Amino acid sequence: MSETTPAPATATPAKPAPKAAPAARHAEKKPAVTLATMTPEMNAVQQHFGEVLIQPAPFEGFLVTDPAKVRDVALFLRDQLHFEMLSNQTAVDYPAENVIEVVYHVSHISGGRPLCFKTRVPRDESVAVPSVTPVYPGAEFQEREIYDMYGVRFSEHPDLRRILMWEGFNGWPLRKDWKEAYYEGDTKPFDSRWPGGHHKLAEERVPWADNVNYPPGFDPNAYVSNPDGNLYESMLTGTNGHELSAPEIDIGADTVVGVEPGLKTDQIIVNMGPQHPSTHGVLRMVVRIDGETITDLKLVLGYLHRNHEKIGERNTWLHNIPYTDRLDYICGMANEMGYVIAVERMMGIQPTERAEYLRVIMAELTRIQSHFWAIGFVLNDLGAFYTPALYFITERDLIIDLFEAVTGSRMMCNYMRFGGVARDFTPEQLARARELVFERIPRAIDELERLLSDNEIIKARTIGVGYMSAERSIAYSLTGPCLRAAGVPYDIRRADPYSIYDRFDFDIPVLYGGDVYDRYRIRVLEMRQSLRILEQALNQIDQTPAGDIQAGKKAYNHRVPAGQTYARVETPKGELGFYLVSDGGQNPWRYHVRSSSFINLNSMREMTIGQKVADAVVILGSLDIVLGEVDR
Amino acid sequence: MAEVATNHPMDEIKNDPRVPAELNNNVFITTLDKLYNWGRKRSMWPMLFGLACCAIEMICTAASRHDLARFGWELMRPSPRQADLMIVSGTVTKKMVPQIVRLYNQMPEPRYVIAMGACATSGGPFKEGYNVVSGIDKFLPVDVYIPGCPPRPEALLHGFIKLQEKIEKQSLRTVSWYRKGEATVVPVPVLGPDLTDLRRAQEIVGRVQANQTEAVQPAA
Repeated sequence: MSETTPAPATATPAKPAPKAAPAARHAEKKPAVTLATMTPEMNAVQQHFGEVLIQPAPFEGFLVTDPAKVRDVALFLRDQLHFEMLSNQTAVDYPAENVIEVVYHVSHISGGRPLCFKTRVPRDESVAVPSVTPVYPGAEFQEREIYDMYGVRFSEHPDLRRILMWEGFNGWPLRKDWKEAYYEGDTKPFDSRWPGGHHKLAEERVPWADNVNYPPGFDPNAYVSNPDGNLYESMLTGTNGHELSAPEIDIGADTVVGVEPGLKTDQIIVNMGPQHPSTHGVLRMVVRIDGETITDLKLVLGYLHRNHEKIGERNTWLHNIPYTDRLDYICGMANEMGYVIAVERMMGIQPTERAEYLRVIMAELTRIQSHFWAIGFVLNDLGAFYTPALYFITERDLIIDLFEAVTGSRMMCNYMRFGGVARDFTPEQLARARELVFERIPRAIDELERLLSDNEIIKARTIGVGYMSAERSIAYSLTGPCLRAAGVPYDIRRADPYSIYDRFDFDIPVLYGGDVYDRYRIRVLEMRQSLRILEQALNQIDQTPAGDIQAGKKAYNHRVPAGQTYARVETPKGELGFYLVSDGGQNPWRYHVRSSSFINLNSMREMTIGQKVADAVVILGSLDIVLGEVDR
Repeated sequence: MAEVATNHPMDEIKNDPRVPAELNNNVFITTLDKLYNWGRKRSMWPMLFGLACCAIEMICTAASRHDLARFGWELMRPSPRQADLMIVSGTVTKKMVPQIVRLYNQMPEPRYVIAMGACATSGGPFKEGYNVVSGIDKFLPVDVYIPGCPPRPEALLHGFIKLQEKIEKQSLRTVSWYRKGEATVVPVPVLGPDLTDLRRAQEIVGRVQANQTEAVQPAA
């Protein structure tokens, strides 16, 4: 339970943190004063690397003063201190000091708080950071995202291209001095809206009368757009750096089923998506195939990049809650929970007992309906078109009805608040929830299993398909049901407990197949565990006073003390983390979403190589991504 | 046959006085427009095409509770070549809009566009984002706008019914797709330093030259 109490280390003494504090950090290189607050892990790093590290006070972690040493530090952390997984990697821009900070969070697979380390590079792109992909392959997409958003280069990265925006886009959008076309002000609410302002249509306000900006000298008639040129070329010639990072993949002719060894065949490149019925949204898979067999696969993301983080940094703290609903839009409540926990940790407040129970009930119901959805659509991808999905959408609709009754919205619930929730359950709604949890859903899950678990076609199509070992899954930072289906009992609810999950009696189901079939079965098992939690929560909630759902007074303008935090929750898709930096103002200085869908997609390439095209669709379905969370 | 006053749309056709009594119920007289519109408004084939959150509600609309099939629209086609109706269900991003326009151009006439939800209508909550298009109507002609974030399945059904009403009012004599001349093709926007609408190319050239000296960023 120590996790819900605010960590004192996150509070900064200096008021405008991004300006004043780090200058002092640089000046004072001797760690004499700070040694007392150092954890044993940091001490070990300090002893091993000596001068390259300092440990500044204002955050839980340490700073690697020499960016060139980052990979060595990561290797030391992974191999000597057993931080096996890279949870999160992002960057923060501090224009006042002319630096961009690259932030890493690494975790033990056995649990505990993640360890944070950072490094700083000048904003002028003169210094490249060594890529940590050789140590943590899961960094690949995250480093590409940092490059895309901040222009930080990573040396020896296998495939450093823009990921969310397209090649050729002008500027590094998440830098603080980069302004979008509709820029109106740094913080909301804008003066034109409140109080008593007269808002003008954005189109009438901006010079281009549209959401665009062109650099000087741009001529659309002469411009040659080639956003995919490098991608196709590297895939055709096989010159992409990936073979270096994953040498164990043998894509030689011997592994190509149905092709005689030595027979020369042509490989072709096929685009699946962004408009494709099986890509679960606007994802694009570029596949190099030899007959039916996939020899290479690359994902093109960003078709739903809605600039969540840039908008989030303009919003006030409270504004962001409804936006988090739209991250992973199947399970909005789970996202909200992650965000409010992160902000509560920074503010040092605790929700009321009743609110904690309501949050857990909502989060677990969300998990069940999300897994219903995921299983239904894996079956869709397998060719059982829509019939199983119809069964499960019916059940999901019942849960959604409860959400609607309580919160007013089916999907975008906007339910959680800092220190509580927005509305209490009425006794009728509680009775309805009990009816669902004790009667309806268990039977629906029984029926689901009866229909699917022993189905011969499902077994033939899924067992052994999309296999990934436990070691590779951890290396790729795979989280959620997919990781647990590979035999790793890693669930944030147990590994780094939050809210009141430590009160409930439940198990973390683990399967060892690491294939699509086990990823399906683990979701069934998790739904049963969620029901166990729900049964306990619904029994215990009566001991809390009804209506006591908000700690302190309702507030609209929250002041969050300067500091930073990384809070994470276990959503149905995996580890959802929020890395927040506050400068004490009314909006976040940095608002980063560690999205599980996005990082889970890292491993897709390795899972699909050597499989058939039709299986790529199923593997993608088994990862259960939601594009809103992938692209943000 | 007894004259029973009901509101059934077939009654008008059935009881037409121009038809001799002995041929009643065997010969129907109607206008070509009516027959044509009656048929096609009840067998729209939407494109299986989802962009974001609204697509989830679209799937729910097609599922058993709301059952799109009651209205004859359940046949979702993954290929634009076989579809009549594009439901733009979600945020239109700059990176995606070239594909959406291309899909629209590939749809055969008559074709319709529904802008589902706040994002497809105007950019919605994400309007200020640097990668977000302020509504699909910047590029495609939209027939029905459905408000909501996301619209409920009932709202989508209502939008469909509104589209039916619109189709009912169309006449073979005026519809564009039986006219001479080339079909209208929306030029596919180009992903340059920013999204470039080729219909505005001349304006962009002129303005960029005029702004050469001053900053292109809007004033804060």
